[in-house]
Amino acid sequence: MNIMLLIQAKPDWQVLAQDAARLLMPEMLVILFACFVLVLEFMLTPEQRRWAAYLSLAGLGAAGLSLALMFVKFTTAEVGFYEMVVVDGFALVFKVIFLLAAIFTIALSIKFLDVENEQRGEYYSLILFATAGMMFMASGADLLSIFISFELMALTTYILVAYLKRDRRSNEAAMKYFLLGIFSSGIFLYGMSLIYGLTAETNLTKIADTLARLARQQAPQATGFVAMAGMIFIAAAMFFKIAAVPFHMWCPDAYEGAPTSVTAFMSVGPKAAAFAIFARIFIDGLPGLRGDLTGESFGWVGLLAIVSALTMTWGNIAALTQNSAKRLMAYSSISHAGYLLLGLIAGNETGYIGLVIYLFVYVFMNLGAWGVIVAQRRASILGERVDDFNGLIHRSPGMAVMMTIFLLSLTGIPPTAGFVGKYFLFAGLIETGNAWLIALCVLAVINTAISLYYYARFIKAMFMSDVKEEEPLALSTSLRATLVTATVMVLLVGVYPRPFIAFTENATRHLLGL
Amino acid sequence: MVPMSWYLALGAVLFTIGAVSVIVKRDILSMLLAIELMLNSVNLTLVTFSSYFRELSGQILVFFVMVVAAAEAGVGLAIVVLLFRNRQTVDVDQASMLKL
Repeated sequence: MNIMLLIQAKPDWQVLAQDAARLLMPEMLVILFACFVLVLEFMLTPEQRRWAAYLSLAGLGAAGLSLALMFVKFTTAEVGFYEMVVVDGFALVFKVIFLLAAIFTIALSIKFLDVENEQRGEYYSLILFATAGMMFMASGADLLSIFISFELMALTTYILVAYLKRDRRSNEAAMKYFLLGIFSSGIFLYGMSLIYGLTAETNLTKIADTLARLARQQAPQATGFVAMAGMIFIAAAMFFKIAAVPFHMWCPDAYEGAPTSVTAFMSVGPKAAAFAIFARIFIDGLPGLRGDLTGESFGWVGLLAIVSALTMTWGNIAALTQNSAKRLMAYSSISHAGYLLLGLIAGNETGYIGLVIYLFVYVFMNLGAWGVIVAQRRASILGERVDDFNGLIHRSPGMAVMMTIFLLSLTGIPPTAGFVGKYFLFAGLIETGNAWLIALCVLAVINTAISLYYYARFIKAMFMSDVKEEEPLALSTSLRATLVTATVMVLLVGVYPRPFIAFTENATRHLLGL
Repeated sequence: MVPMSWYLALGAVLFTIGAVSVIVKRDILSMLLAIELMLNSVNLTLVTFSSYFRELSGQILVFFVMVVAAAEAGVGLAIVVLLFRNRQTVDVDQASMLKL
């Protein structure tokens, strides 16, 4: 419908330009800097290559400033580009998360790429493009804009995984990630075509209205069947993107083979973006298919509950036996996807706050932990095994302490940020008062206890194992600054969460339809 | 005129063939072809619905899907070339350095 308008009416470029300046300033800045970094690459001598990184950081900072202005300016949701893009509290909060993830990743990468001897501008440019894609995803109000921005993010991430051209593991990881990634895109598109076939709409709110109207009109049973099939296809694709069991196979391989700094980025940015569109599509677009857990109607909440239970449990059990730190953290990230689904399942304010604040603190605790793993990489040492952390306390005591804080936060032990996130996620389930959901909450608590075991393996290695080498790790300033900031944030959110909860409420107001 | 359900059934069958081939096939080029088949079956479904509703947004969606498919083929073939250069085979079973 909207697109008809676009074709029939005279293209009003002024309106589009105004929309762009009003709604998309941060994205435009990120894309501008991404293009600029890509060109700059050719003008730099090998010694100056790091300037590309500093310029990308400047671009992200500029985008952050314009995002801060938008926080002040936008009190209600605004729609633009013929209802393709929406700027509301939900989008803004997620954009903050993506910018933070990108800034941290670039800070982690600078020295890492020097060690790998692959310091190039295109790496930073690709990270900026992926960030822009994620920011558009959070703003997507239409299945078309969500799909396009998703592909922008995914394609750049495939290239980033393959970034170490001469490393066979990197090639292989990229191949697996790529094949399963576009496979899931195909599934997503098929689900989308079924929903379009039912409603003749691609705009999420209009889809919701049309589906509700069809349900009121007592449409034939086939309608319900097609809607359900479309929902299941879209859900399956989303499970791929967030690496939920049984669609998680790509995750450990891609995380292990990718350059460690890229893995750090993938485990935070694209995952948060996938949750953003997951919430957007299912809560805005398909609320009528929610169903309940009393057994009267099956809907996505039941599906999510089953997948969440499987994901948490399998992720944690598989992590127990891993020796590679990267694989272990990959399985840990799978189990975290399971916890995060709990927020969508609970479907009340507490649950949504839990979802958003958990994604927010996940940036700090997970990127912090990955940053420590990145720091283990030296000229001749891969530093990817849990054993490589042996005796870290003697070599770099500060880093060992920070890693411990990140790991405790990932487990969810107070007074760290992870506890706040888990508290809201679990409390949301209990608030619903449904016996099945309370059972799910108990399962999640048991899983948290299991996860403590494998996180403690790092702690044991760092504090109690014998030293393999005496030499302290040489950290770059940017990496040290990142780790310290992440530690401070993890502790700050854990000790004094109130302002951060108020911040996430910007996003949850939208999900609750307020 | 051919009824709409035939087109939809053809789309569903093509999609199934594509999805099954991705799972069954063992070399990357065939898998890429199978994924293209999946995307094209989606296009067929979208065009069918679009012409049934007399509404254009479905057909415009098809253009975007085609563009994305082309971009994906570009990235995918680049990865295949990299992989082939480093190990002289396109069989996915040989790509097993990262074990489950």
